[in-house]
Amino acid sequence: MSFKRVVVTGLGALTPLGNDAPTFWQNLVAGISGAAPITRFDAERFRTKFACEIKGLDMNDYIPRQEARKMDPFTQYAVIAADEAVKDAGFAPDQLDLDKAGVIWGSGIGGLKTFEDEVMNFSEGGRNPRFNPFFIPKMIADSASGVLSIRYGYRGPNFITVSACASSTNAIIDAFYYIRLGVMKVCISGGSEAAITNAGVGGFNALKALSERNDSPETASRPYDKDRDGFVLGEGGAALILEDYEHAKARGAKIYAEIIGAGMSSDAYHITAPHPDGTGAYQVMKNAVEDAGIRPDEIDYINTHGTSTPLGDPQEIKAIERYFGDHAYAMNISSTKSMTGHLLGGAGAIEAAACILAIRDGVVPPTINHFTDDPEIDPRLNLTFNKAQERKVDIALSNTFGFGGHNASVIFKKFEE
Amino acid sequence: MSEIAEKVKQIIVEKLGVEESEVTTDASFTNDLGADSLDTVELIMEFEKEFNISIPDDQAENIGTVGQAVTYLEENAK
Repeated sequence: MSFKRVVVTGLGALTPLGNDAPTFWQNLVAGISGAAPITRFDAERFRTKFACEIKGLDMNDYIPRQEARKMDPFTQYAVIAADEAVKDAGFAPDQLDLDKAGVIWGSGIGGLKTFEDEVMNFSEGGRNPRFNPFFIPKMIADSASGVLSIRYGYRGPNFITVSACASSTNAIIDAFYYIRLGVMKVCISGGSEAAITNAGVGGFNALKALSERNDSPETASRPYDKDRDGFVLGEGGAALILEDYEHAKARGAKIYAEIIGAGMSSDAYHITAPHPDGTGAYQVMKNAVEDAGIRPDEIDYINTHGTSTPLGDPQEIKAIERYFGDHAYAMNISSTKSMTGHLLGGAGAIEAAACILAIRDGVVPPTINHFTDDPEIDPRLNLTFNKAQERKVDIALSNTFGFGGHNASVIFKKFEE
Repeated sequence: MSEIAEKVKQIIVEKLGVEESEVTTDASFTNDLGADSLDTVELIMEFEKEFNISIPDDQAENIGTVGQAVTYLEENAK
């Protein structure tokens, strides 16, 4: 049995930089930070008082209130991003065999806000066990993929992948594999997260994972800078329509890019700390490149995991240098988390979108907020500091790594017949 | 319309997202107002909260229309 080719035919995004894919991309290339003081809850007593929130979103413009209130925000974000992607893919009525259309979504946490609200009600209400009947269906992480399948009537494979900050890359990989194998023709993939809540910020603060640069939120996410002090929490997500190439061709679809390979690996080391030798990061890129059947030096751009944490950033860079050798200095590397913050389970999806649009437009979005070189980071690397760079990008690789030691990478290529 | 009936109507409009005019005495939550079983459970919980009473399950099962809710609450709410 030969593998099917898999292409991307639709994009949607709801991010701290813009509430649709074109605005997201425009602001990403412009090097704009999405960070600002937290408005979702009163963060005055928290060590971190800022985040990359979605801005200016009126849910009523997208989802009727009666439907929206039965969804956790992470599912609402999934619906908004997926609606844009499905529309972008331009399926004509009856063009889809709905039994061959699936939804594979990613979320690291699921309905954190819902869980928090319900447990707080329980606690503040004298521990009277009056839980809302929608509590569980709103909170469980798979509700996003369930809601999407109901919304579009897709009756094929339907589930969610959970691997912390690698979740939506794992979702894209699973969708890629199942289409490759012929199990389905079309899949809505991607991921979303909505963790800017008391428990989300408080929990990550307790891990000392978040930047505490409260006097300058917009410069707080500074991957590879000597003075980086943790990641900035973001929210939102992105949706990709993955499609069997023959199916896309038959309906005359617009093709953004092809997915040519994917890799997965585990650190098998520590529940939160990255492996000090970067072995998992090395292995995942190697697995992806080998799966794609290309040479390492064919990669033009790596969108790194690069969260702006003191420990994580250099491990990934060392792994890139070790795997790519001299080619590491020839390619473009950037961390768009410098602008978007870290969307956790939504990160892989928005960064996949960034790779695809970099290929389309021949421009690499920057790593903003570079002020001081880190002696641990080799200055020969082109980390695309502070300004986007024009560059023909034929092949781009997206890395994501999650707590638990999960590593996932996916490779996109400019589409050619 | 009694004060209780007015409150019941508001809760139904709020939770089910229907027009006030649809909330007639005979309207069934599931057949006329688009509620599923979870919506119905939520409605009962809202009535309990609003009127500060506890509705036993065996009695909640008999509340399927707007009128049945109003009657039950008028008889049992303090």
